[in-house]
Amino acid sequence: MAQDVSVLVGGKAGDGINSAGAVVAQLLNSVGYHTCTYYEYPSLIRGGHNFAIIRGADHPVDVHRNMVDYVIALNMDTISLHSGRFHEKTVTVFNSDVVKAPGQGISVSAALTSENAPAIMGNSALIGAFASSAGIPWDTVSEVFNRHIPKGADINLRVARKGYDQVTAVHPINRIGDRRFSLISGNEAIALGLIHGGLSAYVSYPMTPSSSLLHFLAEHADRFGITVIHPENEIAVILMALGISYAGGRPAIGTSGGGFCLMTEGLSLAGMAEIPLVIVVSQRTGPSTGLPTFTGQSDLHFILHAGQGEFPRFVVAPGTAREAYAWSAVAMDIAGHYQVPAIILADKTLSEGTFSLDPVQLPEVPFRGPVLWDGSNTYHRYADNGSVVSHQAFPGTRGAVVKVNSYAHDETGITTEEAAIVAQMTRKRMRKAAHLAEAMEAYDTVITDGPVHAGTMLVCWGSVQGACTEAAHELGLRAVRPVVLSPFPEIRLKQALEGARRLISVEENATGQLAALLRLHGITVDTMVLQYDGRPLTPEMLVERLKEAGV
Amino acid sequence: MTGRHLITDAQNTWCPGCGNFSIQHTLKNVLTDLEQEGEDLDQIVLVSGIGCHAKIADYLDINSFYSIHGRAIPVASGIKLANRDLKVICCVGDGDAYAEGLDHLIFAAKRNIDITVIVHNNRVYGLTTGQYTPTSPHGFKGKSTPMGTLEYPLNPLELMLASGGTYIARGYTQKRDQLKSLIRGAIDHKGFAFVDVLQICATFFNMTSQYNPRVYPLQEYDRSDAGIACEKVREWDYNSDAPIALGLFYQRSALTFDEQFRHQSLHGKERQILIEEFLATRQ
Ligand SMILES: Cc1ncc(C[n+]2csc(CCOP(=O)(O)OP(=O)(O)O)c2C)c(N)n1
Ligand SMILES: [Mg+2]
Repeated sequence: MAQDVSVLVGGKAGDGINSAGAVVAQLLNSVGYHTCTYYEYPSLIRGGHNFAIIRGADHPVDVHRNMVDYVIALNMDTISLHSGRFHEKTVTVFNSDVVKAPGQGISVSAALTSENAPAIMGNSALIGAFASSAGIPWDTVSEVFNRHIPKGADINLRVARKGYDQVTAVHPINRIGDRRFSLISGNEAIALGLIHGGLSAYVSYPMTPSSSLLHFLAEHADRFGITVIHPENEIAVILMALGISYAGGRPAIGTSGGGFCLMTEGLSLAGMAEIPLVIVVSQRTGPSTGLPTFTGQSDLHFILHAGQGEFPRFVVAPGTAREAYAWSAVAMDIAGHYQVPAIILADKTLSEGTFSLDPVQLPEVPFRGPVLWDGSNTYHRYADNGSVVSHQAFPGTRGAVVKVNSYAHDETGITTEEAAIVAQMTRKRMRKAAHLAEAMEAYDTVITDGPVHAGTMLVCWGSVQGACTEAAHELGLRAVRPVVLSPFPEIRLKQALEGARRLISVEENATGQLAALLRLHGITVDTMVLQYDGRPLTPEMLVERLKEAGV
Repeated sequence: MTGRHLITDAQNTWCPGCGNFSIQHTLKNVLTDLEQEGEDLDQIVLVSGIGCHAKIADYLDINSFYSIHGRAIPVASGIKLANRDLKVICCVGDGDAYAEGLDHLIFAAKRNIDITVIVHNNRVYGLTTGQYTPTSPHGFKGKSTPMGTLEYPLNPLELMLASGGTYIARGYTQKRDQLKSLIRGAIDHKGFAFVDVLQICATFFNMTSQYNPRVYPLQEYDRSDAGIACEKVREWDYNSDAPIALGLFYQRSALTFDEQFRHQSLHGKERQILIEEFLATRQ
C-alpha cells in the first residue's frame, strides 16, 4: 500500500508554526519520506491563524492534500477551523492548557516549567508528542533536533521528551528508507539555481512572496560570494541591476506583481539596450495589494506583455522546486547569451512551500555562456555582423568604448532616427526571439503526464501542476503543461495535446489567462476550472471541480 | 586608448548659446587632463538620464550608458558596485534628478557611493520644451503653468547636505575655470560628489542677466564644517535676489558604500560544491 501521510500544525501568528512545520517535515524526511509543506498565514505579525500542512509519501509530492492524518494543535482554532480535514482515524495531539478536544492533550506549560525552559520552546513538547503518537523512535527525534535546532537543542529535547513520554503511539509512521532529501523552499531552489547559473549580485526590495529569496541570499551572501543589495524602491532595483550587468556582473532581481509594475520601464530599457537581466516574479493574489500572503496566477499576461515597445523576452514558470532550481540556472544563461530579460514566474505556493530535493541527482544544466568581444576590429556594442547577438564587452576593457542606449541607436550605440537604421536594429533585436525559440528545442519546455489516448486532457502552468497531475492520475486523464511561456512552445504543445476530445485548463486566476494564450496559438480550451480565492487547488478540490464539470 | 579625440561624429543638436556646450567642453578638458596624467579613459563611464543634457552621452566618445529619465543614478551605482575600478560620472538634468528621480539622488548621497553627479540645472525642462522644474523660481510661467507656478523651488544643495553627501558644490556655465576645478574635484573625491551647475537655457529660460551680477566665489572656510556649509548654502534659496555663491561648499571623507562590498566571484565548480554543501545542511 502506498505510504502517504499528512500532518497539520496550527496556532496563532507568532507561535512559531513555520519552524514547527519544518521540524515535522524533517522527522518525516528522516524516516525516508518525500515531503512537501504548505504554509498558510495572514498578513500580520501577531495573532490570526497560521497553519502548515506537511505531507510525506513514498513517492515525490508537490502539493498538500485536504485531509490530514495527524493534527498538532497549539490553539483551539486549529481544531475548529480545520474540522473538515479530519477523518475518523485522524490522530490529534494538542496543548491541553488552551485546547479541549478528543485526542491526546499535554500541558505545554507544565513541560516548560519542569525543564525551566522559555515559552518559545513550547512547540517542542507538542512535536515530541506528535513523534510519539506516530511511533517515530526517540533516537530519530533526538537526531533531527540536533541537526536542525542547533541553538538550544539540549533543552528543546528535554521539553520534547516531556511530550514524547506522555503520549502513546496510535498510528505508526513506518520507516520506508534511509535516504534523506534536502528540504528547501521554492525560493531557496530559485536562489541556488541562480547561483549555479553564475549569479554575482542580487538586488531586491522586500515584497511577499519574493522576500524570502532576498533574505536567503542576504544571509548566505558571503558563503556564495555574491553582493546583495536592498535599495530605495523597485525602480532603483532594476536600474541598479542593469548598471551591474552593463559593467560585467551577472545580476538577478526579485519582486512580486506590485514591484514588477514599477520595474516595467526598466524592463523595456533592458530590451532596447540588450542588457542581460534575470527577474524573479513571485505572484500573490491581486489586483493591487490584494492578499499579500496568498497565492495566484493572475500575472501571466502582464509578464508576457509588460514594458513599452516590442522586444524578445524569456519567461519560464517552473512547477516544482527541482524545476525552479534548473530553470533559474537556465534563465541566467539565456539572459547572458541572448542579452534579453529572462523572467522566472513563480507564485506563493511554490516560493514559500518546502519540498524534497534530491541532492545527489541535481539536474544537469547546459550552459552557452555570453558571447564576448575578442578584441579584434573596432568595438561596436550593437554590431550587426550576422551572428545571433552582438558581441559584448564591458567598460574597462582596453580599446573598447562601450555605449548602450535607451533611444533607438546605431551599431555604435549612438542615438539615431534614421529610418533604415531603426528598422535594421529592430530586426536585429527581434531576430533573437527566433534563435531563442530554436534553442529551446533542447529543453523540456512542455511536461506531459498520463495516458496519451485519454480523451480528456488537463492543461495548466506553474505550481498548480501538483494538483493537476494527481487529479489526472485519479481520473485517468492526461495532464499537459508548458513550462516555458515565452517563446511559446506551440508545436510541442500541439503535439502533446493531439487527440484530445475535451481540453480543460486549470488555473489560479479569474479569466483563464493560459486558455487565452492557447487560443492565440490556435488551441481551443473547452472548459476552464478557475480558482481565485488565494488558496491553492488541492488534488481533492480539483477532482471535485472536474466532476462538477462532468468529467 | 590614448590621445583620442573624445568627441563622436554624432551631430550636435543643442541650441546656439546652450549652457550644455560649456559643460561638455569642461568635462572634455577634465578628461584630457586625466589622460595626460596617466589615467586610462577606458576606465571612465558616463551615465545620463533623458533630457537635453543627456545628449552628452552621444557626444563624448567614452563608455556611456544613456539610460532613462530620472534613472541615471541607480545605473551608475550598479556600475560602481560591479567594478570599483571604474570612475562613474552622471550627467543629469534638474527635471531628471530633482523631480523624476529624486529618490535615487537622496539615497546615493545617503550611501556615500563613490560616483560623481553633475546636474545640468537650467531650471527648466528643456527637451520637453519649457515646463517648470523643482528649481524654477516661484511664479515661473511655463507651458504647464501658464499662470505661474504655485510652488517654491527646493534648494538642492541643502537637500544634499541633509542627505549625507560628502562633496557638495555649485558651478555656473559662464565660470568655466571654476567649473573645471569643481568637476575635477568631484571626480577625484572618494565618495558621493555632487555638483549643481547653473546652466543657461538659451531658448526656454535664459538667466544670464540675473546670474552674472549676483554670482561670487565662496571664500575660505573649513569645508568639513557642516554648520558653516549650511549657512552658505542657505544664502540663496533658488528664489530670492540674494547673492549666489559658487564653489565647493562642503567636503568630508567617509567610508564609501561600494568599498564595503568585497565579494570575489566564484567559479562554476566552486559554486557547485558550495551548493551541495548547503543542501547537505538541509538533509
Ligand atoms: C518616464 C518619462 N517621463 C517623461 C519623459 C519625457 N521627458 C523627457 S526629458 C524630460 C524633462 C527633461 O528635463 P531636464 O531633466 O531638466 O533636462 P533638460 O532637457 O532640461 O536638460 C521629460 C519630462 C520621459 N522621457 N520619461
Ligand atoms: Mg533642465
